[in-house]
Amino acid sequence: MDYKVEVRIELKQGVIDAEGETIQKSLKLLGYPIEKVSSVKVYIIEVKAISKEDAEKKINEACRRLLANPVIQNYSLSVKNA
Amino acid sequence: MGCRIGEGMKMRVCVLFMEGTNCEDETRRAFEQIGLEAELVHLKQLTGDVIPELRRNLGDYSVLMIPGGWSAGDYVRAGAIFAARIKSKLREDIKDFIEDGKLVLGVCNGFQVLTELGLLPAFEGISETPEAALTNNANGRFQCRPVYLKHTGKCRFTEKIGEDNVLQIPVAHAEGRFTFGENDEKYLEKLIENEQIVFRYCRADGSDALGEFPWNPNGSLYDIAGICNPEKNVLGMMPHPERVVDGIQQADWTRKKKGRGDGRIFFESIRECLKRGF
Repeated sequence: MDYKVEVRIELKQGVIDAEGETIQKSLKLLGYPIEKVSSVKVYIIEVKAISKEDAEKKINEACRRLLANPVIQNYSLSVKNA
Repeated sequence: MGCRIGEGMKMRVCVLFMEGTNCEDETRRAFEQIGLEAELVHLKQLTGDVIPELRRNLGDYSVLMIPGGWSAGDYVRAGAIFAARIKSKLREDIKDFIEDGKLVLGVCNGFQVLTELGLLPAFEGISETPEAALTNNANGRFQCRPVYLKHTGKCRFTEKIGEDNVLQIPVAHAEGRFTFGENDEKYLEKLIENEQIVFRYCRADGSDALGEFPWNPNGSLYDIAGICNPEKNVLGMMPHPERVVDGIQQADWTRKKKGRGDGRIFFESIRECLKRGF
């Protein structure tokens, strides 16, 4: 069965978010009262799995093996539809 | 740890490339210029995903060099995809290679690959997940220009460079900020204690960069430009020594007219180490 899994990769607290800071500065220069921007990466993954749990398990493993670096990033995932 | 590369054994360099690496040719040339035999080897030639005639065995080489570039488009994180592909099929081969005391080098994207692979800093041997990260430059921009580097390490194959020697070597990266994330303080202490820091960004006169731009081009922790493993036979560095092998390649060549580039001594040092068979 096909499942759609949304993976959200965020920087851990305290890690410098150069992209977010640059965007924040730029938006401020454009005149918006913006104090903080955090960059987040989202992957939407279609995976074949036997159950929702199996889909979660597979993508969890993929996150550990490739998609997230635990030194600087946290990840969360949600199975969107079955 | 003793290196088992003895007399009579061929000292061949495997310059590993895949889709998106782009420094393999000048890297091979740098090794060849100082008299080492270097071969460009595609990742698939080592993993066996090619016709038999093209297959190569990592164990036949003395040096594994991962060159710069943007492997797999630098998607996900720089070096992450190259690392995951190596890990899935060559993990044991690389472990044996390192345990045999052979040399593993990574420049720029190669350093990112070694870090993602858990081969650096490898405090307790090769780690399952990365222990450090080379992430976006603090200034948010790609930096492509010469920097000054101080050789601070006890790495066995950079010995010829001499302690505290300053080299002018170019960098070209957007993700070169070395960090341990929330463990910066704790692990930095460990790196220093183990004498794993091989190169640090510095000012032109060799004094500390103190994290200041432009001397430190990316905001790297403790001005770290290159580190090795505790056993000193795996080295990763962001700057590109292969780009300044000849004097004419130095940024200040027209003024200084040096016959040799500052990167040459790096390769000569590797050659000496191999000849010594440390």
